[in-house]
Amino acid sequence: MRLLTHNMLSCNIKGVTKGFPLSIEVQRLDTKDADFNPDFLRNIFPKLEWKAFHDAAVSIGLNDIPEQVDPTMLEDHEFLQKFHHALLEVHLEEGALICPETGRRFPVTKGVPNMLLHEDEV
Amino acid sequence: MSLRPERQAPPEIFYNESEARKYTTSSRIIEIQAKLTERALELLALPSDGIPRLLLDIGCGSGLSGETLTENGHHWIGMDISESMIDIALEREVDGDLLVSDIGQGLGFRPGSLDGAISISAVQWLCNADKSCNDPRARLKAFFSSLYKCLARGARAILQIYPENTQQLEMISTAAMRVGFSGGLVVDYPHSSRAKKYFLCLSCGPPSTSTPLPKAKGEDGGSESEDDSEDEENETVDVAERQRPAKRLKNGKKVKGRAWLLKKKEQRRNKGVTNVPRDTKYTGRKRKTRF
Ligand SMILES: C[S@@+](CC[C@H](N)C(=O)[O-])C[C@H]1O[C@@H](n2cnc3c(N)ncnc32)[C@H](O)[C@@H]1O
Repeated sequence: MRLLTHNMLSCNIKGVTKGFPLSIEVQRLDTKDADFNPDFLRNIFPKLEWKAFHDAAVSIGLNDIPEQVDPTMLEDHEFLQKFHHALLEVHLEEGALICPETGRRFPVTKGVPNMLLHEDEV
Repeated sequence: MSLRPERQAPPEIFYNESEARKYTTSSRIIEIQAKLTERALELLALPSDGIPRLLLDIGCGSGLSGETLTENGHHWIGMDISESMIDIALEREVDGDLLVSDIGQGLGFRPGSLDGAISISAVQWLCNADKSCNDPRARLKAFFSSLYKCLARGARAILQIYPENTQQLEMISTAAMRVGFSGGLVVDYPHSSRAKKYFLCLSCGPPSTSTPLPKAKGEDGGSESEDDSEDEENETVDVAERQRPAKRLKNGKKVKGRAWLLKKKEQRRNKGVTNVPRDTKYTGRKRKTRF
């Protein structure tokens, strides 16, 4: 799972009102090359929750994502490359996602979060 | 008589390792899932500006549908309840991110976060109450209301479904409309019982008169030839996947007569097919049963 997906995921346990962002517990990360496409980055940018993206990046050891951003930065090639790398190239392979409200742990194995809810959570 | 897969077991049980394996080995399944996905993408009508979008693949299975999304340049997140199917997707090294998730529990995404969604041959599974805690209506509602929320305004969801009967079809569409989706059903090849394909085309937001429902394929008898080729492919997948009862040869009686056969053969010749058998006095005759 990449931070792109992490930024969209939210815990939907019954009754939870603030299920975003899930915090990340890292056991193993992996890096895989992805096609660099500035248009995609500019297009997805307004849909991202930047603070959550920044915090998630820090939690997986990527410290070069600025905390504050503005759209003019989307013209800066160097910024776009870091953005691209953190959003699309680093994968959480083993670890967990944790609901900010309930502390419920969703395990991540082989890069796949298991988001199945227990009967009493639906 | 064999049952539809949906009636045999819950999806996470039915799509076990051996069933999932079929998805890497059957070229017919691969081809059909790809075709259905291409059609779903066409109906999704994303802007043709070449910008990759972030799409959701609902019931992504082994990632066949997702691979078509990748080929079209998009990013995607796939969700499926069957870990065996997800394992195959991992084996195939698909480009999308995968989640083990039961869509009947609702989709856990932030509001407005996705540019569109497709689903190939999965949503009819929600109509089955395979556990005492599963109420199909509640699960359909949870699914559609969460889908509606997580799509960006104006975004679409295209769901190709295999409903068991008209009640199911109605149950699914009603649940979708009830949560605020507009849109409707596009039925490709409506005149062919086998090639017929249902695409539930949903838009987030009020219905717009400027974007009418897309036109179905093969509605007029004119493209009958295309019907036929689809027929053949589906027949094989149907056997592997759906186990249809053999309707045509019920108590040895032919359903379609000599006149029909002659017409079909003529049509194929007109299409330029060269290996159509000659018409003789034997054409369309019942064969003796020999042992
Ligand atoms: C016919 S397969 C299609 C797979 C894939 N879309 C493709 O094109 O290859 C249907 C898939 O729907 C999944 N499915 C059924 N019910 C589901 C549910 N409640 N939640 C998530 N996935 C489900 C099954 O596990 C299965 O992988």
